[in-house]
Amino acid sequence: MISYILKRLLQMIPTLIGVSIIVFILIHSVPGDPARMVAGPEANEQDIERVRDRLGLNDPLHIQYGNYVIGLLKGDLGTSMRSDRPVLEEILTRFPTTIILTTMAIIIMVIIGLLAGIFSATKPNSLLDNTTMMFSLFGISMPVFWLGLMLILAFSYYIPILPSGGNSGFKHFILPAFAVGLSSSAILARLTRSSLLEVIHQDYVRTARAKGVKERSVIFVHALKNALIPIITIIGLEFGSLLGGAVLTETVFSMNGIGRFIIQSIQFRDYPAIQGSILFIATIFVIVNLIVDLCYSLVDPRVKYD
Amino acid sequence: MSQIQAPIIETDDNSISLPPSSRSPFKVMLMQFKKNKRAMVGLWMVIIFVLVAIFAPFIAPYDPIKQNMDIMLQPPSADHLFGTDEFGRDMFSRVIYGAQISLMVGIVGVLISLVIGVALGTISGYFGGKIDALIMRIIDIFMAFPSFLLALAIVSVLGPGMGNVMIAIGLFSVPTFARLSRSSVLSVKGKEYIEAAKSMGATNTLIIFKHVIPNSIAPIIVLSTLRIATAILTAAGLSFLGMGAQPPTPEWGAMLSTGREYLRSAPHVSTIPGLAIMFMVLSFNMLGDGLRDALDPRGKR
Repeated sequence: MISYILKRLLQMIPTLIGVSIIVFILIHSVPGDPARMVAGPEANEQDIERVRDRLGLNDPLHIQYGNYVIGLLKGDLGTSMRSDRPVLEEILTRFPTTIILTTMAIIIMVIIGLLAGIFSATKPNSLLDNTTMMFSLFGISMPVFWLGLMLILAFSYYIPILPSGGNSGFKHFILPAFAVGLSSSAILARLTRSSLLEVIHQDYVRTARAKGVKERSVIFVHALKNALIPIITIIGLEFGSLLGGAVLTETVFSMNGIGRFIIQSIQFRDYPAIQGSILFIATIFVIVNLIVDLCYSLVDPRVKYD
Repeated sequence: MSQIQAPIIETDDNSISLPPSSRSPFKVMLMQFKKNKRAMVGLWMVIIFVLVAIFAPFIAPYDPIKQNMDIMLQPPSADHLFGTDEFGRDMFSRVIYGAQISLMVGIVGVLISLVIGVALGTISGYFGGKIDALIMRIIDIFMAFPSFLLALAIVSVLGPGMGNVMIAIGLFSVPTFARLSRSSVLSVKGKEYIEAAKSMGATNTLIIFKHVIPNSIAPIIVLSTLRIATAILTAAGLSFLGMGAQPPTPEWGAMLSTGREYLRSAPHVSTIPGLAIMFMVLSFNMLGDGLRDALDPRGKR
């Protein structure tokens, strides 16, 4: 197991190098001159040239990339053009907001989605099942930013019990976490239902029932355990897409997380900031995927690593 | 729905084994599809949206971009079915024209990813070896980005605008299409008819276009339908962030975004475009679900 973890960690390196190359190429193919933007509207050609030199924009691309990677290894993501502070610092001050929001959303998603999926699967084609599945179909079709606005309308304006934006306290996280968690729970409910239905007809479930095992423990212990792999996969994937989707949620709820930072950086063409934050999120996503892979063996001993 | 019938159909399946000539997989799929009520509703909704988009100039009562400051932010009424927006433009007309834009983005975006993804996946699966390893490695790297973030990054480089949104959406689905078509190519690659074609001296190009792609296309069609839904949602999200359609284009995501400022005083301005997005996405999801179930009656995924 430990050797497997090490192997996977090593395998992450080429992926991360690839990711950094893609982000680097992407950002450097932007039309427009960043030096001109940093120098300001009143700068003359000389000033701009000086800025370009200072930012290393005159070096050939591969040298620029090389310098960038060397910086990365030292934990240096560059300096934000907008604030003149290290990008990593900017990201780390905003990261707690994003990670708290994402984690709360995942918890809501797992509770609602898993329960809804299980209930649907235990009574397939019942009224409850059909209603739940109809709701989840609407849920996956709903833009999350719209759901966010509707929640603000309902719980900040019409029934003013929760704040509509900001991130200064726990209360501020409730609406955004529900907006995101509810939409994601729709996906999870559908998946839980279909993977449970797949195992529920297998022989060992029938055997368990024949032995006289209580229905509840048949579902939760015998069936669910074996349906967990696709469920864990989707939770991992959702974690990544929520990190990406934070851009939308944080905009709707005016929260100061990485998502909103990315949007602000894009508007300002703050390349190092865009580059750094995308790289940061992609790295976390890669790590989450690794954790998901490792979880497989915990829930299913048949999964063997070599 | 079909998952529930699993045991019944399974026994059915064993006894049916009709000769392939009398019941092509396509016919079986069509039969299954017609039986699925939810899928049929989805199909009809898609057809209605397409018709609305085509005939928008005839359906819309007003010019979607004509401003009239005398009647700004009016709630829905008989004159203005969906009310008016902050420039006094008729929301109903804007929503109708918005269908054109969202459908276009969804379909063109998915076509881009379909062509690139299927090409890469087929080459990868059919030839295998080093090409396969290289392509899949690159695809894996792209998969390391959360997809919305990837689309956003691409648009931020290309600049805002609907054309660039289509490209971004097209690129962001490429990995999904490539992986799926690779795996379906792998599943038909070893079949006897491919061997037969090879032994008769058919070229790789001929085999790929005549045998491999047609026989692995079904899951691709399902994925395309579902990806149109995702593409429409993503495009709306990008426009919501100001990276997509620019004013005064009646794009649903952008309309929703401007409506944010009047959420308290005129909630219809952001509520209605959101509903429009939801129903269009819903129709493609229902259609896609139905196609998937029809394709695989046993509900295996």
